[in-house]
Amino acid sequence: MMEWEVVIGLETHTQLQTNTKIFSGAPIKYGAEPNTQACEVSIALPGVLPVLNRQAVECAIKFGLAINAEIAPRSVFARKNYFYPDLPKGYQISQFELPVVGKGAVRIQVPAQGKKPAYEKVINITRAHLEEDAGKSVHGAVEGMSGIDLNRAGTPLLEIVTEPDMRSAAEAVAYAKQLHELVQWIGICDGNMQEGSFRCDVNVSVRHKGSEKLGTRREIKNLNSFKFMQQAIEYETRWQIETLEDGGSIHQATVLFNPDTGETRAMRSKEEANDYRYFPDPDLLPLMISAEDKARVQSGMPELPEAMKARFEAEYGLSSYDTAALTSSRGLADYFVASVKAGAEPKQAANWVTGNVLAKLNAEDKAIVDAAVSAGSLAQLLTRISDGTISNNAAKEVFEAMWAGEGTADAIIEAKGLKQMSDSGAVEAIVNEVLAANAAMVDEYKAGKEKAFNALVGQIMKASKGKANPAQVNDLLMKKLKS
Amino acid sequence: MINSSLKQLANMLQAKTISSVELTQSFLSRINQYNPDINAYIALDETKTLAQAKAADLRIATGNATPLTGIPLAQKDIFCAEGWQTTCGSKMLANFIAPYDAHIITQFDHAGAVNLGKTNMDEFAMGSSNETSYFGGVKNPWSFEHVPGGSSGGSAAAVAARLCAAATGTDTGGSIRQPASLCGLTGLKPSYGVVSRYGMIAFASSLDQAGPMAKSAEDCALMMNVMAGFDARDSTSLQRDKEDYTRELNKTPTAQPLLGLKIGLPKEFFAEGLDTDVAQVIAGAIDEYKKLGAQIVDISLPNTGLSIPVYYVLAPAEASSNLSRYDGVRYGHRAAEYNDLNDMYSKSRAEGFGAEVKRRILIGTYVLSAGYYDAYYLKAQQIRRLIAQDFIEAFKQCDVIMGPAAPSTAFKAGEKVDDPVAMYLQDIYTISTNLAGLPGMSLPAGFAQAKGGPALPVGLQIIGNYFDEARMLNVAHQYQQVTDWHQKMPDLKNA
Repeated sequence: MMEWEVVIGLETHTQLQTNTKIFSGAPIKYGAEPNTQACEVSIALPGVLPVLNRQAVECAIKFGLAINAEIAPRSVFARKNYFYPDLPKGYQISQFELPVVGKGAVRIQVPAQGKKPAYEKVINITRAHLEEDAGKSVHGAVEGMSGIDLNRAGTPLLEIVTEPDMRSAAEAVAYAKQLHELVQWIGICDGNMQEGSFRCDVNVSVRHKGSEKLGTRREIKNLNSFKFMQQAIEYETRWQIETLEDGGSIHQATVLFNPDTGETRAMRSKEEANDYRYFPDPDLLPLMISAEDKARVQSGMPELPEAMKARFEAEYGLSSYDTAALTSSRGLADYFVASVKAGAEPKQAANWVTGNVLAKLNAEDKAIVDAAVSAGSLAQLLTRISDGTISNNAAKEVFEAMWAGEGTADAIIEAKGLKQMSDSGAVEAIVNEVLAANAAMVDEYKAGKEKAFNALVGQIMKASKGKANPAQVNDLLMKKLKS
Repeated sequence: MINSSLKQLANMLQAKTISSVELTQSFLSRINQYNPDINAYIALDETKTLAQAKAADLRIATGNATPLTGIPLAQKDIFCAEGWQTTCGSKMLANFIAPYDAHIITQFDHAGAVNLGKTNMDEFAMGSSNETSYFGGVKNPWSFEHVPGGSSGGSAAAVAARLCAAATGTDTGGSIRQPASLCGLTGLKPSYGVVSRYGMIAFASSLDQAGPMAKSAEDCALMMNVMAGFDARDSTSLQRDKEDYTRELNKTPTAQPLLGLKIGLPKEFFAEGLDTDVAQVIAGAIDEYKKLGAQIVDISLPNTGLSIPVYYVLAPAEASSNLSRYDGVRYGHRAAEYNDLNDMYSKSRAEGFGAEVKRRILIGTYVLSAGYYDAYYLKAQQIRRLIAQDFIEAFKQCDVIMGPAAPSTAFKAGEKVDDPVAMYLQDIYTISTNLAGLPGMSLPAGFAQAKGGPALPVGLQIIGNYFDEARMLNVAHQYQQVTDWHQKMPDLKNA
């Protein structure tokens, strides 16, 4: 039996974070009343003309720089002609032969699955081009009629196209997540998948492993969650393999994923026969991008995750595992940097951010910006550990209370009486007391039973009601037992 | 008064020998009298017009007048004007009231000009006789049996019949110059990018350019001072310093004001296809130019013959896309009954567009289709560059190029409607300048009379180098100082 291989490529529409539309001054606001964000250009009145929004161009340049791509010194806007009620001009202004961003690459981390360990992979980007979004058809708002909402018409999009480099649903999802993080990291897209700011079309084909030739692909349209993407690709892959094994053949098609059934289904084949009659838009001049333009955008670019990761390792001596986690999102990295800036010790901060903070966020399904404990507050708490005020264990309790909104670290320490004993005389008195009361254990230890030591520490901590500094207890106890 | 130049009218208005309201009313009464026959106007709105005239009088009274304040003008119905019916000569837009002003309408508003109404035109500016208008043909004021040319036929007839002081037109392949020639007026198509296209309903975006149609070169220059200029809303509008297009006209007259001017005569403009009586009139005009001091240079524009085929690939290609927005969804004509979405599209468009528009949409859709794009559209773009190159070579030998604006005088209505190719040949001398983006103008150079027919105007075409409009206007102006063809008026009672 031959082994099958799935080949996947992605086309991602990212909505760019500009103040106005790509070819007009109309504002962009999600969720506004229908047709209130539509100016004369958005509704394509007779005689109106497009003017390119330079902010959208800057977003494209940023993306090109972030994936180390060629940025075209000259690119051309083209008209993609087709009729649809939500497409007011009867054509979409896009880029066809000459896109603004050329070949680049995105490095992804594919997480471990079962026995297969995690690995890194480079996904090549074919191109990224600027285009305008269409409006929306609204059904059911008016009895017996379809409505058209042109608020979204003319919203700037950057369509990012990969090579068919992915070989599993996991790789495709890892790429999509990485890209999703990257466009937010460089501030060109808000990444809101529910509102359609980040939409993926996935091209899937299968072939026998070892074959060079690509199979016929089907395109899964408009996936707006990573979970659906995973399910859709898995279903589609199975379906294609089964179809071929049953002696059938795959026809190029556009398919939709139904989250309720978990199945993909081909749209009308008519859609495929479209001839878009692309030609350069005579209303727009070619887009020229100079070396100075690129330099200007470069100077405003944030540090990219890979560079930041390397810097954290070098500057703070953090592990590759920790830095990967810290730079997995701009928000998390910013949070970590802010806590260090506020006085937290970097290694300790890294442990807490990737540990307690992330665990809490995951448990509550929250984003880092919504963390109930700010980076500054966390830094305060961590300082209390390093200055010996509280133990690590006590700190966890304080953190929980802080997260629950019970106050600042110091206030909670005070209220809960968690301060460690700082008076070495008092600690010594407790140690002496415990040693006197547990002579048997002392003898066991002296006879070579190492475990007895820990039991003694436990007794001492218990006697101090947890307030003794464990390190100090260890030192003292060791000294006493050896004397 | 109706035959006065814009300058004379401005002087009268500012001297208050006449008010703008009076002047406007005298044009309106001529329109009421003659427009029912000539059909130059599609839309009139006396209330709006007179309100503008009143405002102009106030402005004149406060001493803030510009050279066009209070002057009644006609606007081709291709320009959106807020609150005005704006049809582009089509059933598709017969009920469309523009909710915004085209750039040039705003410019005329700021200058204080008065809008008399919207003039008739070939549907979506596609035609050379004004016969494709949904609102009916326009009569040539020199002979009602004849066409005024097109597509700016309504504006041409309105100026020729003195139903306005001056008018605007647009020229994609000759739509200002050919009707100017057929109606005996002066019309200028500026270099591409000089006048903003914002609010001007698109036919073929890379070729369309608005310009003035008036009685004289001087009037055109005054109109250009208002129309030309950078507009950020049109990406193809050129960022150039504001110029005064009258600057060359007012120099002290000399016996040979054009001494040293080199006029190129392209042999291709005088070959087969040009009526001999038109050729004679042009020859007479060239002789006049020699007297003014100009020197004649024989030149060649070898790719002229390709301009019509190239144009009829590129213009329909752009038009097929530009006209896609007329789908019956948001505005414009929608079929009364339809079964589904596709049925609504096809019925609305089948009913809303006329035959010539459909022909061009079909041609344009075809040449852009997969498999044909390279052979037609791309090839045509390559030849377009060759045609522009011809002019670059020619302007190394001469300052301006002259020839006929049209191969014949006005033809009779109905004569060419069934022969699109014969109709397309009307633009043989004008199309290449649009393809090259160059400025071109037509000015009255005399009359020709077919056997037994009426004497009809003949236009001399002047083609200039890029942005040489001021010089071209002066070249025309000097001719108009020694001839009076531009002052001839048709006898409307016997047309």
